[in-house]
Amino acid sequence: MALNLAEALSSIETQAEAADWRAAIRLAGAGLVAGGATTDAYTDEMIDAVEKHGPYIVIAPGVALAHSRPSPAVLTGGLSWVSLATPVEFGNKANDPVTLVIGLAAKDHDAHLQVMRSLAGVLSDGPAMKRLVVAKTADEVRAVLGDLAAAAA
Amino acid sequence: MKIVAVCGMGIGTSVLLKMNAEKVLAKLGIDADVEAADMGVARGAAQTAEIVLTSEELAEELGDVPAEVIIINNFFDLEEITEKLTAAVE
Repeated sequence: MALNLAEALSSIETQAEAADWRAAIRLAGAGLVAGGATTDAYTDEMIDAVEKHGPYIVIAPGVALAHSRPSPAVLTGGLSWVSLATPVEFGNKANDPVTLVIGLAAKDHDAHLQVMRSLAGVLSDGPAMKRLVVAKTADEVRAVLGDLAAAAA
Repeated sequence: MKIVAVCGMGIGTSVLLKMNAEKVLAKLGIDADVEAADMGVARGAAQTAEIVLTSEELAEELGDVPAEVIIINNFFDLEEITEKLTAAVE
């Protein structure tokens, strides 16, 4: 039942450097574009979402779920993973600073539910998250996610 | 009982919040229907829901609604969700 989140990730970047929250979201957006999930316009839409609604996308301590709504800029939908070498402030009182940015793009409101369930499982696993945010390479991230999926299967 | 999980876009954070709220409700044995909604839909849905779950930033944006608005800081902290939901339904 548990989907391996690694298989759903369009791209994984570890220990990246971002000067501010916009740069951090741009990295997540670039990952979605590189994986063919979205066009560059979606990256701007993710930044606009935070400008409009505030830094609510920082949904847990250290974790931002960058996303916008389904739009023509979403080609296939997907998920990108960016861990930051230096934590970045998003302006979220409860959960700053951010060390992990996950970019999310969906074609519609239902297509990605299985992926979201898998993502929820990973993000709520404290010990796994500790390993994931310090992972130095994409292969390390994939290995941890693979272990999690195997353990949940 | 009707509960609405609200986020700006209705595809990301509210979906995660809905999933975790459902886990908590099942554990508490509370029969509730949890809907994920974006801000636009939520303003309407919150008129008929008993409880709205959302983040602090969005609670301000949502403004006054008849439903009880519960602010969740950590969407993955099932204990926080359990505590706040329990307090709200009692």
